[in-house]
Amino acid sequence: MSFQSYLQTLSREKLKLALYSTTEKDVERALNSPCGDLNSLLALLSPAAEPYIEQMAQRSSQLTRQRFGANIGMYLPLYLSNLCANECDYCGFSMSNRLKRKTLDSVELDAEMKVVKSLGYDSILLVSGEHETKVGIDYFKRVLPQVKKQFSYVAMEVQPLEEQDYRDLAGIGLDAVMIYQETYNPQTYAQHHTRGKKSDYSYRLETPERVAKAGVDKIGLGVLLGLDDWRLDALLLGHHLDYLEKKYWRTRYSVSLPRLRPCTGGITPKVELTDKGLVQLICAFRLFNQQLDISLSTRESPALRDNLFALGITHISAGSSTQPGGYVNPDSQLDQFEISDERTPAQVSDAMRRKGLNPVWKDWEAAWIAQ
Amino acid sequence: MLKIADHQFHSRLFTGTGKFSTADTMLAAIKASESQLVTLAMKRLDLKTGNDDILQPLLESGVKLLPNTSGARNADEAVFAAELAREVLGTDWVKLEIHPDPKYLMPDPIETLEAAKRLCDKGFIVLPYIHADPVLCRRLEEVGCAAVMPLGSPIGSNQGLATETFLKIIIEQARVPVIIDAGIGAPSQATFAMELGADAVLVNTAIASSNDPEAMGRCFAQAVQTGRDAYLAGLGHVSTKANETSPLTGFLND
Ligand code: SF4
Repeated sequence: MSFQSYLQTLSREKLKLALYSTTEKDVERALNSPCGDLNSLLALLSPAAEPYIEQMAQRSSQLTRQRFGANIGMYLPLYLSNLCANECDYCGFSMSNRLKRKTLDSVELDAEMKVVKSLGYDSILLVSGEHETKVGIDYFKRVLPQVKKQFSYVAMEVQPLEEQDYRDLAGIGLDAVMIYQETYNPQTYAQHHTRGKKSDYSYRLETPERVAKAGVDKIGLGVLLGLDDWRLDALLLGHHLDYLEKKYWRTRYSVSLPRLRPCTGGITPKVELTDKGLVQLICAFRLFNQQLDISLSTRESPALRDNLFALGITHISAGSSTQPGGYVNPDSQLDQFEISDERTPAQVSDAMRRKGLNPVWKDWEAAWIAQ
Repeated sequence: MLKIADHQFHSRLFTGTGKFSTADTMLAAIKASESQLVTLAMKRLDLKTGNDDILQPLLESGVKLLPNTSGARNADEAVFAAELAREVLGTDWVKLEIHPDPKYLMPDPIETLEAAKRLCDKGFIVLPYIHADPVLCRRLEEVGCAAVMPLGSPIGSNQGLATETFLKIIIEQARVPVIIDAGIGAPSQATFAMELGADAVLVNTAIASSNDPEAMGRCFAQAVQTGRDAYLAGLGHVSTKANETSPLTGFLND
């Protein structure tokens, strides 16, 4: 059964009702259950769990340290291009936005990589808008070997590709694919993705499965918090993760929980997720899945990030630029969205160390694994 | 209701046919246990004369037969036994058992996976008996097994769920029914297995070797039902009080 057909067996209404009629008893039961499952995720995401956030945080923090130690993986996004053939009303790269468009050539890419390397990074996330013809598989195939020479761990956050494309990329060094569904509500999805290939909800939904079949080491899932009811979206993200983990158990998974940020021509969030809600969400996912990588971007403020580090996060970025060429030319105004934590990687890692956490810059060597 | 392949079972207690003193005792115990799936060792059938004293009454009792390949020491022997069972009993179902080790009868994971693959390809409904190994369970699922049957402790040992830690992982991960097989020696252990979330248990020695197999069959029926009900009702409710101080989330109030 594909995830699409599995999703159709779930009733959004019933899940929503269950979320909002959860009782304190259900939450206590979930808090006490030795290993997480979808029922306890539901309870922990519910409004009834709000009075229990401190306990969730305690347990989440303890489980995270137990599984990951004091380590937090450091990565940085590198924007390859801001070209995009889609229209997403929350994103600065939307096709109709008047914005200078740029795609890095190999000389520019080298220059960017040099700066990122000098900051200490060995793990990189290649990002681009979604432009099939100009920034498509041929471009990625050219770029990847060049990047792989510099970085041990290479992840990609680009448009959905075909299974064979993923297989080809995995063969030349791709380690991870981030593919966020944005929202699991098809109607809301349609409202926000009005033009271009991204408006194909199903194709996007099935992408993680294609990535898994292609044998890529790790898949990152996520929803954009603010587009729809975050509790329900997060719960369905949990279902997606659970489905994939059971079926493609050799793959590693991560989730990302980005809140909608201001950007050029962007919308304001329909549903606001408070800091408290974000804490609840992170802890609920940790209690649900103790092995899961949870990453935190620079979308959040320094003060909040410092407090979140210890709660369940395993990977963070620091010193990010969200524009192509932005590490060499920081002021070119090509950003996808505004970042909140503007501290340098060194400042962030100092803050982490003060909290007893250990920033890890390298923990992957593909050559040892891809035998 | 428990569904395995395309078959529905009311009872989550599976039983065996070995170790009973007489065929009558066996039938009475199976009846009292309400079990609807009963394993039967192919090696014990008397295929030459055809008037086997276990087989005939079992066929008449209406339970579903699950021939097992016990005695097989490698994949070839197990596949052969399954094919023979299909021919003689007219069933595609097989409990795959391969234990080359005569002392503890430990299942051989490598030969079992190989045989499972071959039998699934041939259209069998394969229920493999294995060690409580979570990775092996996933690999057996991948080759198409209809259920997995991890052991609780060595066969016939009545030690209960010595493999509890690993059974929990298997139950958490499985996409096919998990039937805990071997080692369950008392009804309380069966209840515990069901409370953990097992889909069914298989009990043979504990029933067959008790002083009153019929009564023990009935006890196990109740125990399995109780464990299942407890699992569905949700266990482990211990009251948790909110802490007065909030060291980790105090920043939310600032
Ligand atoms: S979210 Fe992605 S697809 Fe949509 S406009 Fe932005 S870059 Fe393009």
